[in-house]
Amino acid sequence: MKILVFIQVDDNQINRMSLETLACAQHVSNDVSAVTFNNEAANELVKYQLNEVLLVNHEDLNSYNPLRYAKVLEQMIDNYDNFLFAHTYETRDWVPRLSARLDLPFISDCIGLASDNESILVTRQSYQGKINNDLKINSKSFISIQSGCFKSDSIKPGSSNITNVDVDLSNIPNTITAEEKFKEQKGGVDLAAADLIVSVGRGIAKEENIPMAEELSDLLNAEVGSSRPIVDYGWLSHDRQIGSSGQVVSPKLYFSLGVSGAIQHQVGMKGSDKIIAINKDSNAPIFEIADYAIVGDLLEIVPKLINKLKE
Amino acid sequence: MKICVLVKQVPDKNDEINLNEDKLSVNDSNFNLTTNESDNYAVEEALLMKEKFNAEVVICSFGKESSVQVIKDALSKGADRGFLIENDLDKEYDILNISKIIKSCLEEEKFDIILSGLQSDDQGNGQLGVLMAEHLNMSHGSLVMETNLDVDSKSIKVKRELENGWFQWSNLALPASLTIQSGINKPRYASLRGIMMMKKKPIKNIKLSELQSNINDFTEIKELYVPQKTKETKKIEGSDDEIANQLYNVLKNELGLI
Repeated sequence: MKILVFIQVDDNQINRMSLETLACAQHVSNDVSAVTFNNEAANELVKYQLNEVLLVNHEDLNSYNPLRYAKVLEQMIDNYDNFLFAHTYETRDWVPRLSARLDLPFISDCIGLASDNESILVTRQSYQGKINNDLKINSKSFISIQSGCFKSDSIKPGSSNITNVDVDLSNIPNTITAEEKFKEQKGGVDLAAADLIVSVGRGIAKEENIPMAEELSDLLNAEVGSSRPIVDYGWLSHDRQIGSSGQVVSPKLYFSLGVSGAIQHQVGMKGSDKIIAINKDSNAPIFEIADYAIVGDLLEIVPKLINKLKE
Repeated sequence: MKICVLVKQVPDKNDEINLNEDKLSVNDSNFNLTTNESDNYAVEEALLMKEKFNAEVVICSFGKESSVQVIKDALSKGADRGFLIENDLDKEYDILNISKIIKSCLEEEKFDIILSGLQSDDQGNGQLGVLMAEHLNMSHGSLVMETNLDVDSKSIKVKRELENGWFQWSNLALPASLTIQSGINKPRYASLRGIMMMKKKPIKNIKLSELQSNINDFTEIKELYVPQKTKETKKIEGSDDEIANQLYNVLKNELGLI
């Protein structure tokens, strides 16, 4: 099975998840190649066990554009059986175009991959991580791999060569143009550096209850984090958000209050050493990864814990 | 200006998910069905554009017969008309096939803008908006946090969310398909008057069994299952006081944090 792994480069650095995806590809096939649009990335990739490293050097690819990216991969479609991507926001923005254009499936956000020589089997989650789906793919396909499912340090070392590839990027409509990227909050909290995090989810119920979580956090010398809805409601600032659209953290203790633990949230915190979870819903996915599970009302339990800590 | 919003009916996030005996499908008989969360924000964004630019807002949903409710909810909030593409065949489809079905129904409408939530809370593919853009030869922007429509220049400027706290403004030529991130606006509630008016608004029902669609079985479900726990989880139980005491002990003695 011939696999091509797309290597995403952010600010001249290979995306960490792209390396995890490379490890994933090597795990199912002995015929893996990588493609990158960046010189330095190509020079780094030759130290891995790969069939070849494809380098597409074109000034129109210096910054991201979904139409140009799709055009490049379209021109490589005949040479491989499967195409692997890290499940990043960028992948989500352009790979569906390839899928529609070529009428080939894009199986996104997979957590496992296996092969029986003829076809690829993937595992992906549905219903907010409550159900796993094992799927057999019957055609050439695009597959994206969720963060943290494979370890980038398990990539097989080796040596390979760089092959320069010419692509035709003419006749691409100029309908999507991007400005410089920017950050909104300067000097925001760096949750990635926190040893302890008290994280707030929908179960906190009301904005008036946020100070209770902050008090617990202060008593534990922790930082306050949150799931997406709390930020959407405007109860905490964007820099407090943990998950695929926020920060990725791995503290010694992750103390979650009313966080259900949807996949998008788990991606950002499942690497924590210890997880304590309080949630009313005994089926909340957070309990699947918790070390200590409390099915109960955080609005009753947390004030009592705060009193105990104050004693 | 014609705007389409793609909405999906999904089970409530707190619903328990049980599998059918064949382990190939989920038992949906006890679901509390609701509008997919990010789709609510897409509907609101369309209604804001309608108010500002006098646009027509059309709500489209693909799903079982019950999905007519998510269309009615959006019409009650102020959308103009609906499209239900009813899946009356006892079969589930992958997102590429679904996108082709929707395309075949929407093509002739020639929408200027298609809005959809960034991903569904059940299948979570996060692809439909971009698939539609390619099918219908539109520009697209994903994970949109703010929009700025310029009718005169036939373009829309969107603020997109990137990873790790980065944002970016993109200029898109119309027609454009946008996937909307939750939190972009504050979705309204339907008024009593809106609900009364909804009853007069047209909802077109198209049955999948009557469509000529070109379905490919790209993927095959081998098995569905509840994820295996990889962690040993200790349950802390008792009265609220007992739980608080045990938690204190865990923090102090087991984790050494106090």
